[in-house]
Amino acid sequence: MDEIFGIPAPLLFGQLLLGLINGAFYAMLSLGLAVIFGLLNIINFTHGAQFMMGAFAAWMLLNWVGLNYWVALILVPIIIGATGVLMEWLMIRRLYKLDHLYGLLLTFGIGLIVEGLFRNEFGSSGLPYQIPPQLSGAWDLGFMFLPVYRGWVVAFALVICLATWIVIEKTRLGAYLRAATENASLVQAFGINVPRMVTLTYGAGVGLAALAGVLAAPIYSVNPQMGSNLIIVVFAVVVIGGMGSILGSVITGFGLGVVEGLTKVFWPEASATVIFVIMAIVLLARPAGLFGRA
Amino acid sequence: MADGMVRAPGADVTGELLAVRRLEAWYGESHVLHGVDLDIRPGEVVTLLGRNGAGKTTTLRAVMGLVGRRAGSIRYAGRELIGVRPDVIARAGIGYCPEERGIFASLDVTENLMLPPVVRPGGLSIAEIHDLFPNLKERAGSQGTKLSGGEQQMLAIARILRTGAKLLLLDEPSEGLAPVIVQQIGRMIREIKARGFTVLLVEQNFRFAQTVADRHYVMEHGRIVDMVANAELASSLDRLHQYLGV
Ligand SMILES: Nc1ncnc2c1ncn2[C@@H]1O[C@H](COP(=O)(O)OP(=O)(O)OP(=O)(O)O)[C@@H](O)[C@H]1O
Ligand SMILES: [Mg+2]
Repeated sequence: MDEIFGIPAPLLFGQLLLGLINGAFYAMLSLGLAVIFGLLNIINFTHGAQFMMGAFAAWMLLNWVGLNYWVALILVPIIIGATGVLMEWLMIRRLYKLDHLYGLLLTFGIGLIVEGLFRNEFGSSGLPYQIPPQLSGAWDLGFMFLPVYRGWVVAFALVICLATWIVIEKTRLGAYLRAATENASLVQAFGINVPRMVTLTYGAGVGLAALAGVLAAPIYSVNPQMGSNLIIVVFAVVVIGGMGSILGSVITGFGLGVVEGLTKVFWPEASATVIFVIMAIVLLARPAGLFGRA
Repeated sequence: MADGMVRAPGADVTGELLAVRRLEAWYGESHVLHGVDLDIRPGEVVTLLGRNGAGKTTTLRAVMGLVGRRAGSIRYAGRELIGVRPDVIARAGIGYCPEERGIFASLDVTENLMLPPVVRPGGLSIAEIHDLFPNLKERAGSQGTKLSGGEQQMLAIARILRTGAKLLLLDEPSEGLAPVIVQQIGRMIREIKARGFTVLLVEQNFRFAQTVADRHYVMEHGRIVDMVANAELASSLDRLHQYLGV
């Protein structure tokens, strides 16, 4: 069986894998956006820059401090998450009483500033980040070669998405989050320090973006634009899935990655736009998104 | 258990668990409370009667710190609550059951019940709560907002009985419920009073109020205008009818 629907099998599976990998990043990034939007009611336009900061932080830890990929996987979300905590505490919290638009402008502006600073410092050509030796090489699956690192990215992203879903749907902390998303002042009147929870939630969402950045560093070259290129698609994913739905972001993220990959095989010219076409159709038919509550 | 008139630890020398003085409150620009004075002693059930828009809900929200701005004094167990955050007020031992009940749609019945953290020892156990509200046990896995109105009201009260809060603020628990359910809620309020809880109950239905309360405050235009002991209710009916327009 060398061909499926007249397409050489290795090409089909190769694009499918690429789609899954892109989907893994779409899912992780839209997950963070959904968590932040649910509780803070702001669309975090700094998300792409925070993803990029995650990749750069991993690069800096390796090249300046000598800390490897595995350490970065743990340290970077904490460090970049902490910058998120600071940003919420110093700036974003001043905007909750105002229109959504202000939060959007602030986070968009900060994203541009961060990206500009990194471009000044590192240029825009991109820095290499080696795949860690434990994850280099490829498995022969019989019908195709699977680079180990790519398999790792998909599996790791699935685990992170599942873990986030469990925390939000099955734990006490998650019950606080869900309840505060519905009625924050009542949750606070029960004795929960909601402002602190909001700050930490923003930090956690940012940490997720940074974690995705570390995962991305060995695949894409580490460069200041890497976030803004990706985030445009991620926003479309979020709109399609429905703002604020956790499971929706994960399923839509992976699903659209695969759709995009398959489009590359069957109709390459459309692959760059297929997600936006789907977005337009979904917006017309179900404005709240596939998984959103209207 | 305590017979209801025990002094709560830390109560004022004068004996009030809650002492509200010259309380004013605002929602943004609109000035809603214009100097509310009221006292509640430990173990009492006190109602707040008044017409629509008199400021009853706002009084409870002001005690919880849920209004835009407040002035005056609210002392709970001797501690000033003006300028204190709502979560800290809750942790001082006050449980709040809002008028709209505030059952969370994204939480099931058990999650709704377990949501408010335990702030003090001495709250009811889950077994005791299930004894008081058998329905909640049967519907444990249902989505919170799938319950009937009466069940949602029970859930909204039950969840603040677990936390160890000593003072419960209940906002119109009888509103919109069938007479049998209202009677059930009345029994429940007498039961928790017998267990030593103190209750500030907002009501419009004083026929119901008189079956559970020790005293009644009457509110008009953001002020307390009268106070009637339950024992004197019969002789004050004309006066009350006038205030409440019934
Ligand atoms: N969020 C708000 N913003 C502005 N004004 C408000 C707000 N909530 C209530 N008010 C006003 O404050 C006044 C008191 O309202 P409150 O809800 O305390 O009355 P109430 O006695 O509880 O009435 P009801 O019996 O209808 O529940 C009313 O005039 C109301 O219009
Ligand atoms: Mg009211």
